[in-house]
Amino acid sequence: MANTAKAQTRFRDLAIRYGFLVLLLVIVIFFTVMEPAFMSLRSMVFIFQSVSITAVLALGVTATLVVDGFDLSIGSVAASSMMAASYAMVVWGLGSVEAVALCLLLGLGVGLFNGLLVVVARVPDLLATLGTMFLLLGLQLIPTAGRSIAKGMMMPDGSTSTGEFDKSFLFLGRHRLWDIVPVSVIIMLVLALVIWFFLEFTRWGRVMYAIGSNELASRLAGAPVSRYKIAAYMISGVSASIGGILLAARVGRGDVSSGNNLLLDAVAAALIGFAVLGVAKPNAFGTLVGALFVGVLLQGLTMMNAPYYAQDFVKGSVLVVALVFTFSLTRAARR
Amino acid sequence: MSASPLHQTAAHPVLQPKGGLQPQGVLKLEGVEKSFGANKVLQGVDLSISAGEIVVLMGANGAGKSTLVKIIAGVHDADTGSIALDGVAFNPSSPAEAIRSGVCIVHQSINDGVAPDLSVAQNLLLDRLCNGETGFFFTPGKARKEAQTIAATLELDLDLDRPVRELNLADRQLVSISRALAQNPKLLILDEPTSSLSQREAERLFTIVEGLRASGVAILYISHRMSDIRRLADRIIALRDGRITGTFEKPLNYEAAVNAMLGHGLLATRNQAGERGEHLFEARDIVLKNGSAPFSFALARGEIVALTGLVGTGKSELAECMFGVRKPLAGAFELLGQTYDPANPGEAITQGVFMTAKDRANSSIIPGFNISGNLSLPFLTSFSTAGTLNRLRENQSARTMIDQLDVVCQSEQDMLSALSGGNQQKVVIARWLSQPSRVLVLDEPFQGVDIRARGDIGRKLRETAQERATLILTAELDEALEVADRILVMSNHTIVGEHRTADLDMDALLAQISGASVIAQQAASISDAAHGN
Repeated sequence: MANTAKAQTRFRDLAIRYGFLVLLLVIVIFFTVMEPAFMSLRSMVFIFQSVSITAVLALGVTATLVVDGFDLSIGSVAASSMMAASYAMVVWGLGSVEAVALCLLLGLGVGLFNGLLVVVARVPDLLATLGTMFLLLGLQLIPTAGRSIAKGMMMPDGSTSTGEFDKSFLFLGRHRLWDIVPVSVIIMLVLALVIWFFLEFTRWGRVMYAIGSNELASRLAGAPVSRYKIAAYMISGVSASIGGILLAARVGRGDVSSGNNLLLDAVAAALIGFAVLGVAKPNAFGTLVGALFVGVLLQGLTMMNAPYYAQDFVKGSVLVVALVFTFSLTRAARR
Repeated sequence: MSASPLHQTAAHPVLQPKGGLQPQGVLKLEGVEKSFGANKVLQGVDLSISAGEIVVLMGANGAGKSTLVKIIAGVHDADTGSIALDGVAFNPSSPAEAIRSGVCIVHQSINDGVAPDLSVAQNLLLDRLCNGETGFFFTPGKARKEAQTIAATLELDLDLDRPVRELNLADRQLVSISRALAQNPKLLILDEPTSSLSQREAERLFTIVEGLRASGVAILYISHRMSDIRRLADRIIALRDGRITGTFEKPLNYEAAVNAMLGHGLLATRNQAGERGEHLFEARDIVLKNGSAPFSFALARGEIVALTGLVGTGKSELAECMFGVRKPLAGAFELLGQTYDPANPGEAITQGVFMTAKDRANSSIIPGFNISGNLSLPFLTSFSTAGTLNRLRENQSARTMIDQLDVVCQSEQDMLSALSGGNQQKVVIARWLSQPSRVLVLDEPFQGVDIRARGDIGRKLRETAQERATLILTAELDEALEVADRILVMSNHTIVGEHRTADLDMDALLAQISGASVIAQQAASISDAAHGN
């Protein structure tokens, strides 16, 4: 009697811990059975590539979620970063290193601005970053008077631009190591590793989790809460700008409308990440798996000829399931 | 619900007043038992409350007070035993049913009793809005009129249109109570109603409660604050380990009541004074509040000093100044002869000044962390190399602290939410004992802690006290007497007296605590409390 109850709790704990990973495995097996080409190397690489930019943004937003903040501006930071890189190369004729540096600085700067809005001006995080999002969406249109940026484009003053995308810049988005692994996937994996290590194994990561769990107690334990919060927004900003660089390098132009979906996809990946391993808190490993989960589903469904317009519906369903998993099952087990 | 008919009932013999005529018991419990799993929380409780009577229920943490209240309120069902309200069997299946039958509860947490964004008027009518009595259309004008009627009968002197979030705690409490009274209760249960009120605010509450008694409401008053009990109690019932261990009629013997609640007297052990070394910490001409007098004091190595005084007299403000949370308006601190002026808690910790804040749930505990993580938080630098945490060392240190303070848990990986209140407090104290400090400030370290844990914590503080100066802030005089070598008294944001525990002039101490602003009766009542010891 007591043994069955114990076995049940054990089973429930295992289910909470590995349920999402098992589900991922089941889905992979299902698609492989239905469509053997799904398991091909090409298809696997495509999945990783399709989620790489989303995952980079999601890893950044994970940092803000850890300190119990939120960053709604990541999508527009990525878009602005893309426009800035394009503008720097096409209009100003800068090289790829300068363009990348400019984008990273932009990301850090926006992160700092968000952090100051939240910490110093005490604007609630959602509202502050919503404001920044709007601001950037408008700002990126001003230099080109609303046009997309491409080689030989017409400038607002009637002249024609002279620069072009640097070859080494495009390398970031288009090159494949050993002819198979895209550079963007490597960048995603490295960033995931760095953020995972930072959050799980360093004292700074530990303090960030403490702040997210109880800000006042962390302050009274000596943590410089404001600095950590600003740092979290800067991590988020710089990740988003990396995402923007990868996007610009892949597309090869500064497209005003691309990156529209990035915010929702990235936030969804980070929130799905709560459910992976059943920890019910933001974590880098979960975020990466969350992004891949969505990628696997979309790739499999596409190969099975599901219509493209069903994609958002699928993402939404996964998110809802993951949230229910996190907030009902995991919470119940904690009690 | 005014004068109930006088009616003879066969009550518990101890309840029979001298006159022989017995007012009818409004609430009567017989043999109530309740278990949660293997844990027997209530083991046969008999209780009776009459109209126009204030019964104080005293009990340490975990004695079963809340469970008892929840059974009466219809949150839990009793396993066995019977409950009768006005002589009729009473088994409410929900709080709403209990309210309809005339049992109202004002909970300890004031904000549970009000909807902060609604106006005072809307709050007063909340129960009626919720149970649908008001019908589909309920215009603001009609609401205001009804609320005015309620406010007038209760003599509630508040702006009815103000949102409750703009009110101070005491006024919110008043709204919460008025809301309960708008139901015309037969029985009003007040659960630790003064725990977040200042002296003056509590005084106002007492007047209201006395008025209710006069109008014939039966009142069950749960508290372990001696000053409340002395002021209000007609009868005291002590609850310990789920059993009623004593019922006390007037004239009330408080010491015996406390004894029955705790199982032994307040001052079971008296400490030998610690070895007193050189001054580690000095405060010079500190001003905490505009218009309050400057004060100075020093803390020596090896001694434990208690800073006592009523709630809201500035004790926590002083602690916050010492810990770098805020700055005093004037004056300076010295640590080991050097100027000490921390800009934030981080700096204070680096210099060896530690503080455990009061209200551990809000200000000390990281609920998402296990015991180990909670213990190491302020000292992560010493548990890491080049920023990378050494978890083995962290867990090892946690196990040592768990052993030293007898924290009851499965392992250092337990989440804090799995621990009882007393054990959580031990973890909080253990955090600041895990590294050597020069000055350790503890703000209400015994708050919400049962007598066992309190003894453990007090002993541990004494054992470790030699190398540092220890300052304990407490509003409870008996706690101060129990742990301290020396007592500083705070009143009106300044220190008004100093006593050595060994040769204490109790009258002078009490006069200082009560200060000029507190009414004489209050002082007198605290005075017998102390003499009772």
